[in-house]
Amino acid sequence: MNEREIETIEINLLLEAIYQRYGYDFRRYARASIKRRILNFLNKSGLPHISDMTRVLLRDEAFFKEILKNFTISVTEMFRDPDFYQAISHEIIPYLKTYPFIKIWHAGCATGEEVYSLAILLKEEGLYDRATIFATDIYDEVLSRAKEGIYSLAQMQKYTVNYQKAGGHRSFSDYYHAQYDSAIIDTSLAKNITFAKHNLVTDSVFGEMHLIMCRNVLIYFNSSLQEQVLHLFYDSLPHGGFLCLGSKETLRFTKVNRHFKEVDGQAKLYQKIS
Amino acid sequence: MKTRTEKYEMIVIGVSAGGTEALGKILPELPENFPLPVTVVQHMHPSQDAFLSRYLNERCAVTVKEASDKEPVQPAHVYFAPANYHLLIEENRTFSLSVDEKVHFSRPSIDVLFESAVDAYGSCLVGIILTGANRDGASGLKLIKQSGGMAIIQDPATASSCYMPKSAVDAVDADYILPLDDIGPFLREKFSPVSRQATR
Ligand SMILES: C[S@@+](CC[C@H](N)C(=O)[O-])C[C@H]1O[C@@H](n2cnc3c(N)ncnc32)[C@H](O)[C@@H]1O
Repeated sequence: MNEREIETIEINLLLEAIYQRYGYDFRRYARASIKRRILNFLNKSGLPHISDMTRVLLRDEAFFKEILKNFTISVTEMFRDPDFYQAISHEIIPYLKTYPFIKIWHAGCATGEEVYSLAILLKEEGLYDRATIFATDIYDEVLSRAKEGIYSLAQMQKYTVNYQKAGGHRSFSDYYHAQYDSAIIDTSLAKNITFAKHNLVTDSVFGEMHLIMCRNVLIYFNSSLQEQVLHLFYDSLPHGGFLCLGSKETLRFTKVNRHFKEVDGQAKLYQKIS
Repeated sequence: MKTRTEKYEMIVIGVSAGGTEALGKILPELPENFPLPVTVVQHMHPSQDAFLSRYLNERCAVTVKEASDKEPVQPAHVYFAPANYHLLIEENRTFSLSVDEKVHFSRPSIDVLFESAVDAYGSCLVGIILTGANRDGASGLKLIKQSGGMAIIQDPATASSCYMPKSAVDAVDADYILPLDDIGPFLREKFSPVSRQATR
């Protein structure tokens, strides 16, 4: 058996230990990415082998928290893929306008940039006051950052460009105030947003939603876990409800596909039809 | 028994500045029945669409496309990493994508692809570093070589941007250092079924 095969055993045991000890289930995450993250962590920790990580994490919760932080690297941005937001405005907003109230779920919201982006769009379309927005993630530390809504001022230039390309009608700086090198998101945007911890793998349906956004989360799962989570979304949507995925995620090869209509193939917008 | 060249099952290519021209020379040399899959990381602007793979697909006998998440690897296909995503190969030889942090200021990163490809293919892997102005790929190519795979580097003198192939030459004891014009024909001859017949 070579070193790589031994490492595979070690990774299996590590993920099993995390699951049994702390309840976080990473066993069906796409292996190549999770392995990179484990090896990155191992490198930084100074421990010789992955099995040493397992030994330590079983009794040392603080150590596990560090691993968790590494497993949930949450790279995100405001108005990521501006065309996506254009497509939402054109394809989905007209539907939502016909509802007296709207429930929206951001699953895997990370530090919240995507949540505030959609909130801005809803505001400009005059829909914000009708909306109840749930934003969930597996990791509480990113959720508290999302709740604060404080981002680096240095990013705002790029986000302003994204916002304009996304079809924003106003001046992007209306939505935050600068303080030293931070940009603090306007509190009026947070009014209807509830941030909550929710694990897509082990927790159940969150409630019935008119619109579910789950972008750049499914790519981290293996196919069987993707199916399971898509089923959860299916169960959370009423007839006519919308599901929005990341720009490289698709329902095309999945079992739930036949229950959805592709509203915009490029933007990955789907509508539940049966 | 497999001959020495028949053991190879995947070619991975890393390229940065000057890549459109370099790939435009190499990939059209591959015949329609080329038995290996090829996976390419070309550094590009995050908002770039699939223009390059579409452009090359029109000029190549093999199928050139952007890799999709969970897509199974097939021979005679050239897969490109999508802009702004890392591309990885799983042990079951399907692709997966990630938006993890940039590596060497790059997403997609060559090292990320190469390291995952070593896990999936072990010694049955061919790694190629072409023109570029970045250090990405050198450590991945070294790992390919250490794991028993084949390492090829474009001769820096023929690269429109020589820093990346130079970094690779410094890091790796390459099997071949080839001028740009020779790389396509080399791959065709070494790995095509016709040449295999001839060596039997
Ligand atoms: C790359 S971020 C995506 C952020 C945002 N949706 C976007 O596209 O910009 C992935 C997020 O998914 C979260 N995540 C990973 N596994 C999860 C799970 N099982 N349940 C809920 N969230 C999860 C991570 O913590 C991380 O914040």
